[in-house]
Amino acid sequence: MNMTESTLDKDYKEAVISLLFQLADDDFLYAYRGSEWLGLAPHIEADVASSSISQDSMGHAAMYYKLLEELGAGKADDLAHIRPSSERKNSILTERANGEGFYMETPLYDWAYEVVRSYFYTQAKKVKIDSLCQSSYRPIAEAAVKVKMELYYHKLHWETWFKQLLNSTDVAKQKMTEAIARVMVDFGDVFSYGNQKQLIEKCALIDTEEELKSNWKMNLDPVFAVLHVEVPAIPEKAVRNGRNGEHTKDLDEALLTLSEVYNEDPVAIW
Amino acid sequence: MGMNTSVYVSTKRVNEILKNVKDPEIDSVSIIDLGMVEKVTTIGGNVKIVLLPTFLGCPALEIIKKNTMNAVKELADVKAVEVEFVYHPPWTSDRITQQGHKDLRAFGIAPPPRHMKEDGSWHVDCAYCGSTYVTMENIFGPTACRSILYCKSCKNVFEAMKPVSTLL
Repeated sequence: MNMTESTLDKDYKEAVISLLFQLADDDFLYAYRGSEWLGLAPHIEADVASSSISQDSMGHAAMYYKLLEELGAGKADDLAHIRPSSERKNSILTERANGEGFYMETPLYDWAYEVVRSYFYTQAKKVKIDSLCQSSYRPIAEAAVKVKMELYYHKLHWETWFKQLLNSTDVAKQKMTEAIARVMVDFGDVFSYGNQKQLIEKCALIDTEEELKSNWKMNLDPVFAVLHVEVPAIPEKAVRNGRNGEHTKDLDEALLTLSEVYNEDPVAIW
Repeated sequence: MGMNTSVYVSTKRVNEILKNVKDPEIDSVSIIDLGMVEKVTTIGGNVKIVLLPTFLGCPALEIIKKNTMNAVKELADVKAVEVEFVYHPPWTSDRITQQGHKDLRAFGIAPPPRHMKEDGSWHVDCAYCGSTYVTMENIFGPTACRSILYCKSCKNVFEAMKPVSTLL
């Protein structure tokens, strides 16, 4: 099956584009929040790892935007930089600030939150990527194979941090428990396709929301069993659904910083 | 146009020149030996090169693309060059040639191991002295494709290319 822009059925194309925006925007914001830890992570190895993971994730976002460009959705750089927050399809979890303050001055960032967000997000990304390897849209399936290999190292990294901190001092456990609760408040749209649920699921681009949720829990079960902690429940309904363009002010702030240079001279060649 | 004046650029000549295109971050290894060159086709003086990205977020990709174009343009009779990155087949670390392994070591980077244990861990010998008495310092390194290790024999920090495989 080799589908090009011109031969895709209208509904099918809409489904592919919707899904790609969700995947692209998720990794774009996740990578950005990770990059804000540069120079701030608790030790040098964590700093190097965090930067590498952010760089990989930005590469994944760039690749999805490129696939969108090939479908005629617009220029990849423009899709990344100039869409207003109301058009963004990322999950709320990926846009959340790392904590109080600003990374250039007095960043009161929360490492426990970063570890939990990254670990839960990476596990969610993994079940999506595993499913996307069998996507009916071949360009996505091929890209997923590539992402999967890089994601392996991300998961290994965050899982190590997650287990070690939850096995550490009472203070660490307390902070981690609080971080888990905060992350889960925002988890309601991570596996949501928003208003496009029916269309995306009908086109066999990826597993259903329910299948992904169940796989996510299944992957976490053995890790949590060892830690004697219950896998937290995913909220039934999202307070805000990022897939439908509902966002927090954190996203506006992030986009302002992210796109500052691009907007100074959008036609510059880097 | 007679046979004598027709322009023809052989893929062999292109492949030969691509041996001079190095990874800008590891300038001892050519893109051929890194296994990044998937396909070279020529029609008359038009050359098309299909490359595979090692890691998707690698910032060197655009530079590699430019250097590839420039190198091939230097060849006599070449009219136009097109360089494209594709994701399929996926680049894996076992695409690196034996020569590539040698060139990596010359740069102080241990070549990627061919085998991984069931738990995903892997072992390489020191890139400098060959000792097997090494420890993993950080799976992540100065670039996406490298890890940082320490050799307890020659007391050097060295790097290794991460194994990347579809089995991961």
